[in-house]
Amino acid sequence: MTAPAAVAPDQEQQPERPGGLAALKGKFQQLLAFASLVVIVLYFSIASPNFLNYSNITSLLFSTVVIGTLALGATFVIVAGGIDLSVGTGMTLCAVMSGVFIVNWGVPIWLGVLMTLAFGALIGLVNGLNVTFLKLPPFIATLAMMLVAQGLALVISKSAPIYFEGDSGYTDISTGSIIPGADFPNAVLILAAAALIGGIALNRTLLGRYTYSIGSNEEATGLSGIDVRKWKIIIYVVCGLFIGLAGVLISARLGSAQPATGMGYELQAIAAVVIGGTSLSGGKGSIVGTVIGALIISVLNNGLQITSVPQEWQNVILGCVIVAAVYADQARKRTA
Amino acid sequence: MSTENTESLLRVRGVGKAFPGVQALQDMHLDLAPGEVLALVGENGAGKSTLMKLLSGIYTPDAGEFFIDGAQVRIDGPRHAQQLGISIIHQEFNLMPDLTVAQNIFIGREPRGRLLLRDRELVARTRELLQRLQLPLDPNARVGTLTVAQQQMVEIAKALSYDAKILIMDEPTAALNDAEVAALHDLIRRFVAPRTGVIYISHRMDELKAIADRITVIRDGRYVDTLTTEDASMQDVIARMVGREIDTGAGPEGVRDDRETVLSVAGLSTKALLKDVSLELKQGEILGLAGLMGAGRTEVARAIVGADPVESGTVTLRGTQVRIKNPADAAAHRIGYLSEDRKRLGLLVEQDVSANIGISSLQERFLSRGFVNDRAVREKSKELVAALRIRTPSVDQPVRNLSGGNQQKVALAKWLVKDCDILIVDEPTRGIDVGAKEEIYRLLNELAQQGKSLIMISSELPELLRMAHRIVVMSEGRVTGELTAAEATQEKVMHYATLRPSPGDGGGDGDSDAHAA
Repeated sequence: MTAPAAVAPDQEQQPERPGGLAALKGKFQQLLAFASLVVIVLYFSIASPNFLNYSNITSLLFSTVVIGTLALGATFVIVAGGIDLSVGTGMTLCAVMSGVFIVNWGVPIWLGVLMTLAFGALIGLVNGLNVTFLKLPPFIATLAMMLVAQGLALVISKSAPIYFEGDSGYTDISTGSIIPGADFPNAVLILAAAALIGGIALNRTLLGRYTYSIGSNEEATGLSGIDVRKWKIIIYVVCGLFIGLAGVLISARLGSAQPATGMGYELQAIAAVVIGGTSLSGGKGSIVGTVIGALIISVLNNGLQITSVPQEWQNVILGCVIVAAVYADQARKRTA
Repeated sequence: MSTENTESLLRVRGVGKAFPGVQALQDMHLDLAPGEVLALVGENGAGKSTLMKLLSGIYTPDAGEFFIDGAQVRIDGPRHAQQLGISIIHQEFNLMPDLTVAQNIFIGREPRGRLLLRDRELVARTRELLQRLQLPLDPNARVGTLTVAQQQMVEIAKALSYDAKILIMDEPTAALNDAEVAALHDLIRRFVAPRTGVIYISHRMDELKAIADRITVIRDGRYVDTLTTEDASMQDVIARMVGREIDTGAGPEGVRDDRETVLSVAGLSTKALLKDVSLELKQGEILGLAGLMGAGRTEVARAIVGADPVESGTVTLRGTQVRIKNPADAAAHRIGYLSEDRKRLGLLVEQDVSANIGISSLQERFLSRGFVNDRAVREKSKELVAALRIRTPSVDQPVRNLSGGNQQKVALAKWLVKDCDILIVDEPTRGIDVGAKEEIYRLLNELAQQGKSLIMISSELPELLRMAHRIVVMSEGRVTGELTAAEATQEKVMHYATLRPSPGDGGGDGDSDAHAA
């Protein structure tokens, strides 16, 4: 870099190469996460004959749905340099609201689902406004929302589950199977579709570009003439939509809205995002990584169950996996 | 008077801006003609950055008017400033390190369809722009992986992609080496000047001669004078800046051959960059470490104090070979390192002066029965504030509120409390105004006279020539030359600094990797 102007002429055929290299480097964490997933799957396949069969894999994927959906939403917020602790209880509140809309108010299922998504977006909107206009740190704003949502879920439901008994069509959203002949839960397909849309949004749209940009350097993004406040609010709203979707999926799967659950899901979702290579300091991350991260968590939970490891140990092992995953990422950066 | 007649691109008239307790800018004037490079100089706190922020729409003025092409304008926010044709390259770059070159340049103006971005078009347009500007950059490279000079190119390309009429550059060369500065000036002359006007803010006096047509001096928030570069001597400019004459000093007094060698480094190599670096530091000596950006000067300092892992080589202190594992270890051996990045690595800017001065010595000096003796820290701090002439209302003042020069003195004081006798100062005057630089020089000289030994790393050659008893020159991770104060001239230092080290010593492949980054 001693004489930039002089180097210019013979630079023309070069640009492709470093670009390709950089792209490959960026994929490393995903490859690593994917390789870990493959290794874990292989291990459990050998350890237990019951692991790698159709019904277990289906139920494993089914169990990924809720954490996976929440993690997709959290990915947007985290890539933008924020955090959302309200995704777990927010989901519970949305589940309760879906019960209120469909069971108590009797609105049609499709409308109830849309209203629940909108309610999730509302939770995100409040988070976004608190972060931008009240200038609360995201951790605080969403911690408060976590508590508010938890409380509201209990208040609104009067602490009792709401059952979707007469509405079998509603549970089909999660447990039904639109693939004829195969007993493959719709919820998994919905997660796949959500991941696809999320991936396109993060990689190919203005929303995604500004999500990375804000997470990378918020001040510079603002000075580049971009309305950072508006986009941050949108990002939290997008996360809220995923919260609403998770609320629908979990209540449809259980056939009821359970107001007392949900706490702890936010940490599992954040764990999935982090294992997938998204940096908590923002600017880096991917949907593919998050999906793999969520799969790693559910494969571990499922595999440990099948190999009769006591349930108490599952979180211990998950914690170690997080340390290993993030350490591998850091170590790679140091050597690169 | 003649400037009033020339066609005017930008006119600033009677502009004022006050902040609670401070009149930052008062009755400011400025005239910029098309095709002109106008240097704006003034000490830190003179009001340059306030003026910039007014021009970029970040602040709104309390008084005064702006005219662009003769028409009065109001600047509402950064976006509006861009639309008016004003582009600013801030000293701290406004780039997103995780985005690519192309994404950064077209941020906010991404080519897109109804829903999706057109990234192929984005890259093509960027490539076209970079080729037009003859900038050797890859549109797909992540900005965080580029050198400072390359990041600056990205900033310039971004500014020019707006078809800016007025380009304001704040200290554009603060972090560039001489070759990069030359390339930047070349770029400004070829592409910027003909179509636009440039306001060029710099502390480096030698540069103004090279690039500026006229020089506007401001002091204490007020307009002082505008000089035509051809007719003005740098002494004139500096005198107007500080309001007094300044002695730009002769070289150091004497060479000290007979002194004891306090630090000797032999065959120092690191995986990343350094190859077989050897140097000796004598008691009471200021050893200059010269070289271009990326030559490995800071890396030598970091390797000596154990901040970076060393592959091979030895460090000997007063005849005893030591192994320094980390900076704490270095401090225990009474070696202090003042980072070039004061605000990030050198100081706790949110904490007060006494906390900063005491931080490195709490354990051995200021602990009584397990508690920190705050009174003792404050007493010692007051002593040093007086001794180093640190200008601060009190030792309880957060360091953030001090000027750059005084911050640097606080960083020095920290190591003096620790009783370090070897000090490595990395770019000690970076971002510090002329008057305060003099004080830092005087302070460093005093320290050397008291018997402390200093390694001084600097990108400003005149400063090294003036301060150092001996200069070791590096290039691409190796020592390429050593000059005594008597022998050293700018030309000789530059000769060694641009020397490509002979590849015969092996391991040249590692070198090229480090530079590609």
